[in-house]
Amino acid sequence: MNIVVCVKQVPDTATERKLRSDDSTIDRSANGVINELCEYAVEDALKLKEAHGGEVTVLTMGPDQATDAIRKALAMGADKAVHLSDEALHGSDALSTSYALSQALKKIGFDVVILGSESTDARTGMLAAMLAERLGVPQLTLASKIEVDGSAISIHRQTDYGYDKVEATLPAVVSVVEKPDPFKPRYPSFKGIMAAKKKPIEKIGVADAEIDPAQIGLAAAWSVVSDFTAAPPRGKGVVVNDEGDGGTKAAEFLVSKKFI
Amino acid sequence: MAVDRLLPTPEARDLLDLTRDVADKELLPIVDRHERAETYPEGLFATLGAAGLLSLPYPEEFGGGGQPYEVYLQVLEELAARWASVAVAVSVHSLSCYPLATFGTSEQVERWLPDMLAGDLVGGYSLSEPQAGSDAAALTCRATRVADGYEINGAKAWITHGGKADFYALFARTGEKSISCFLAPGQVDGLTFGKPEEKMGLHAVPTTSAHWDGAVLSADRLIGAEGQGLQIAFSALDSGRLGIAACATGLAQAALDAAVSYAKERTTFGKRIIDHQGLGFLLADMAAAVDSARATYVDAARRKDAGLPFSRQASVAKLVATDAAMKVTTDAVQVFGGYGYTREFPVERYMREAKIMQIFEGTNQIQRLVIARGLAR
Repeated sequence: MNIVVCVKQVPDTATERKLRSDDSTIDRSANGVINELCEYAVEDALKLKEAHGGEVTVLTMGPDQATDAIRKALAMGADKAVHLSDEALHGSDALSTSYALSQALKKIGFDVVILGSESTDARTGMLAAMLAERLGVPQLTLASKIEVDGSAISIHRQTDYGYDKVEATLPAVVSVVEKPDPFKPRYPSFKGIMAAKKKPIEKIGVADAEIDPAQIGLAAAWSVVSDFTAAPPRGKGVVVNDEGDGGTKAAEFLVSKKFI
Repeated sequence: MAVDRLLPTPEARDLLDLTRDVADKELLPIVDRHERAETYPEGLFATLGAAGLLSLPYPEEFGGGGQPYEVYLQVLEELAARWASVAVAVSVHSLSCYPLATFGTSEQVERWLPDMLAGDLVGGYSLSEPQAGSDAAALTCRATRVADGYEINGAKAWITHGGKADFYALFARTGEKSISCFLAPGQVDGLTFGKPEEKMGLHAVPTTSAHWDGAVLSADRLIGAEGQGLQIAFSALDSGRLGIAACATGLAQAALDAAVSYAKERTTFGKRIIDHQGLGFLLADMAAAVDSARATYVDAARRKDAGLPFSRQASVAKLVATDAAMKVTTDAVQVFGGYGYTREFPVERYMREAKIMQIFEGTNQIQRLVIARGLAR
């Protein structure tokens, strides 16, 4: 099975994140790490390979330093990587990113594409759906479990009442969510880290992937993030002293907030 | 704060990054719970093994990491800074692989070493006896030649990972003046383990006695020649001492880090306590002790890696690092004041854990003996 897993390098969530002052794109000079949900995607890809054979290719779009995220995925056990990197891609929003990645995916070829369901920086959570549309294949989003049987693929999607089982035929695009043990991403082993240094990373640009420059980059973006702000700290709650009328007071509070 | 290390290769830097990552995610979140409840972290050594952290100083051709001691010990130090008992058990595991890797025949090495280094198995080291600790040559556990191998009878003591380990490097008397080394399986008829000792610290990994009552080991379990046991034991201990020096350094580093961060938060008389000269000097001495501990073990390790004699330097490292750990952890409790004496903060645990480092793997009195003999030569 030809498995492609899309990974993204994001600013470390443990550090202060900010936008660049010149064009309001995410400042990627901060300490970059592989997006956490992408590690889950790599783990799911490796499990599929272990069960069904085939090859896991890592695809990333990002500046040069995104190689670190690729190396991590290769150290975990992926076989090879394609790094789509081009100045012209800078500032691409979700829509144009999905276009660029879909072009790269057409070039690579795939039976299944696996992504994390969102990134910790932009957090649009839309890329998997957009990619599937661009590629004209089924989308299986928010998967907590992936099963493949021949050309059939099915996933579990958690719901309030349990889970939905969503089925499709390959090729398909799958986005995955965080899972508890024993489905957590494996650590790269020391030997894996050493082996990753020898695995091939193919670097491609916009022209190689036959990407139309008019549809990518800051100029083509349909959305602009002008600013963001940290959520305000939680204020002091309202304390209701129960002097026999606690129930009424609590109800009045809920009414005032339009909860009841 | 991550220790700023001078490492010999880019791969060593990657290895240390991996170690910190694994230690922060797998050790730190559960250390307190297990040390308090005195429960064994099931599955943790398998995780460390899968990451390749249990086989670092052994050759790659048998599944080891092929790392010099200089690098392996710094990995051990990082583990110890999060969880001393786990780091000590890793050090003992390395020690238990040493006799086979160094003195085994190529047939024995090929048969057993790959499994021991694959990460699924953990080893223990069984030299000490109730009446033979520092005086290892006085051991009485007996291995008697029988038709199909050796019959083992006697008592062993102070076995890290006792009852949990999958194999043991066992030392037993094969004659009046003859001690021999065996690679014993963890489970064999006639081998039982005592109940875990109730220790001052290092609670999460059991330390037990072992009772050999007529267990038979096949003849091919003899490592080296009959009578070569003490030589093997002492040469293993030189390396083991470096492991303990690294564990002690990690423990001291953890205590220093905790003390410094507390001293920056806590204020008295209108300023941070780190800005009071009396306390600043205390912290400075602690930092100097940690740095010198690291410097001595790294120096000894480099000598070992270069193939030079390092026995005296290993004893100096063990002595300096474990005394440093005792001093630094005790002073860390002092920095925390009354809070340091409570189990709300980790420093009292560090202090309890430091004490054993001055005792095991050769007491610090024995280390002085080794150093003095080196001088008298």
